[in-house]
Amino acid sequence: MISYQIKKNQTLYDAVVVGSGAGGGMAGYILANAGLKVLMLEAGPFFDPAKDTLQLRWPWESPRRGASTVRPFGDFDAAYGGWELEGEPYTRASGTEFEWFRARMLGGRTNHWGRISLRMGPDDFKPTDGVTAEWPITYDEVKPYYDRVDRLVGIYGTKEGIHNEPDGIFLKPPKPRLNELYIKRGAEKAGVPVIPGRGSVLTEALPGAEGRGVCFYCGQCSRGCKVYGDFSSSSCLVMPAMATGNLTVIDNAMVREVLTSDEGQATGVSYVNTQDLQEHTVKGKIVILGASACESARLLLNSKSAAHPGGLSNSSGLVGRYLHDSTGASLGGYLPQLLDRKRYNEDGVGAIHIYSPWWLDNKKLGFPRGYHIEYGGGMRMPSYGFLDWVGNINHTVPDKDGQQKEQGGYGISLKEDYRRFYGANVGMAGRGTALAHKNNYCEIDPDKVDKYGIPVLRFHYKWANEEVAQAKHMQETFQSIMHEMGAVITSPIPGPETSYGLEVPGKIIHEGGTTRMGNDPKTSVLNKWSQSHDCHNLFVVDAGPFVQQGDKNLTWTILALSMRTADYILEQRTKLNI
Amino acid sequence: MNRRDSIKALGLAAAGSGLLLGSCGSEKTEEQAVSTSEDKLPGVQDFEHQRNQRLYGDQFFTSHEMATISVLADIIIPADDVSGSATEAGVPEFIEFMAKDVPDYQIPMRGGLKWLDVQSQRRYGHVFIGCDDKQQRQLIDDIAYPSKARPEMQQGVAFFTLMRNLTASGFFTSEMGVKDIGYVGNRPGVWEGVPPDVLEVHGFLEERG
Repeated sequence: MISYQIKKNQTLYDAVVVGSGAGGGMAGYILANAGLKVLMLEAGPFFDPAKDTLQLRWPWESPRRGASTVRPFGDFDAAYGGWELEGEPYTRASGTEFEWFRARMLGGRTNHWGRISLRMGPDDFKPTDGVTAEWPITYDEVKPYYDRVDRLVGIYGTKEGIHNEPDGIFLKPPKPRLNELYIKRGAEKAGVPVIPGRGSVLTEALPGAEGRGVCFYCGQCSRGCKVYGDFSSSSCLVMPAMATGNLTVIDNAMVREVLTSDEGQATGVSYVNTQDLQEHTVKGKIVILGASACESARLLLNSKSAAHPGGLSNSSGLVGRYLHDSTGASLGGYLPQLLDRKRYNEDGVGAIHIYSPWWLDNKKLGFPRGYHIEYGGGMRMPSYGFLDWVGNINHTVPDKDGQQKEQGGYGISLKEDYRRFYGANVGMAGRGTALAHKNNYCEIDPDKVDKYGIPVLRFHYKWANEEVAQAKHMQETFQSIMHEMGAVITSPIPGPETSYGLEVPGKIIHEGGTTRMGNDPKTSVLNKWSQSHDCHNLFVVDAGPFVQQGDKNLTWTILALSMRTADYILEQRTKLNI
Repeated sequence: MNRRDSIKALGLAAAGSGLLLGSCGSEKTEEQAVSTSEDKLPGVQDFEHQRNQRLYGDQFFTSHEMATISVLADIIIPADDVSGSATEAGVPEFIEFMAKDVPDYQIPMRGGLKWLDVQSQRRYGHVFIGCDDKQQRQLIDDIAYPSKARPEMQQGVAFFTLMRNLTASGFFTSEMGVKDIGYVGNRPGVWEGVPPDVLEVHGFLEERG
């Protein structure tokens, strides 16, 4: 028989951080460097990209050639986890949809993310559209932190002077690939601007970044980088914080709840070791949640006490509310100009080389805010299914001898088609503002627990008309760009029956909003420093505090806000308020 | 660290893996690479490795089915002046693995192979692999061209499309196929933009520095 005994760690840490991704990593980094004794808990295993990445592996080193049977983005992708985790379910209310991606590993989802690093702009913090809610802070208040993140982590890009697409402190951007030159030309004819990408990859040495190598252009950031040439929370924040001697990481530690005193102050957390199922408690003067917007909301809702009967920090009843992802839709095709193209290495960087920031005025559109466009294609590393499209469209252009071909086929002629079309493909994907609605939310499912006995989340999420209208606009824009660059569209053009190809909520992996910040404790969970209104030594540093995302991928803002919160914690400690 | 240090560090990090460049560490034959690898790569989780090993240990297709897959794979991708055939690149073994890895392929593949044999038996009095080349081609011509196939051939078209895709995936992700398709990346280097001669051919002269 197993005796059920909780192991109590008597050390009183200055701070306990839950989660080691962008938010947790940054908070841990700042506090440990300031001399605080920090304990970080990570639900997955330790992961060091220098040793654990599958970077530079060849497709034949995977028995499924990189297919996505086990890992959602294929065998070589860095993420340990996915949309479904064995023994850790979540549910959805009937008639609603949400796909929840969880990476259980040191660094969390920063291991596999696209490294696309965009600042939210002045109009994202203080919208002018009359529909979306404003933040309690302005761009100008966050700007110094974005600047510090740029200097600390490193980002490439170009100064463009676009009002709502603020410039940063940039390293040089990678040059465009050939298909990207065609895209740029076509997009500009279609009235869509294209500018160099912005990504957290060291295209040059970054002053002060000790132990990090410069990018060697394999284009595989999503696998993790052996030389730490890109941003992962593990390599850039957590491991350097450990090196100060002030930050301790406990991995395979799935946090169960935040513990509170009779007065309602946070005193630490309890967790279960996922390997031996031993229960533990740890104590901290402050508790910082960076477990992911939905996981942090789940933790708060599962932390009920006499002082916090509706869950910790939930006197407003808003924990889990205003959940929002980004919108996403895409279209694929090929460029006849690139058939039989010359071969050379165009791997480039693993983030975007070019993109289109939102360019329109919404006054004439049926939706608020907007989207940006990311582009793909080219002579990428072969992987499972990468040529499937060729057999469907090899009849759409005459062959080398000017003969019309039949679709499909086999034999030497087909083999030549594969060579002919390889690298001629182009793709484009929109990423837009999804609206933070009170009625899109996650809550505790009253009937279900995971394998650790922790009550699980139930999601309620439906797209609104505005998001569908945005996807329709994306598809029209994509078709117009394809047309202007002379491309042949090869993917089905989605219509109203599929909401114009609008991805299911959650699929873009930009969950946020579940512990929104605000000045009024009745309409927000946290104050403008991401500090709980109800429990002053509790903070949230993932995307939970986001009032409303822009169309900008949220990592850079998570980093900036977490750094700002960590600074605030240091200042408040000095004033002995916490 | 500058780029040279970076590549040096990379060499150290990759020492022992021997996989830094395509020319080294590729001594395994194709067949070994697809079917008997018991080494767990660093970064592969235990449960993933165990699952792979279990799948390697199972056998889904019968020897007759494997023989038919081999004939079909080489009809789809035969040897030519540039590279070898699908079977030389280990495609049948790859398809065997995929049928276990993605169980949704099992009925379409098994049923499709059976459909092919029944058609073949009716027309020529032999199962597909018992037919001569000319008979095999006639039958394949009826299912290899989706837009001109007769309605009663649609199930065959669906099967052949799946077979074509699996064969192309297996071939062009093998060492032989990657070389054939001309992918020359996956190695440390410097990206300085599109080569000048390519810019010229494509009329992007303004991009030349």
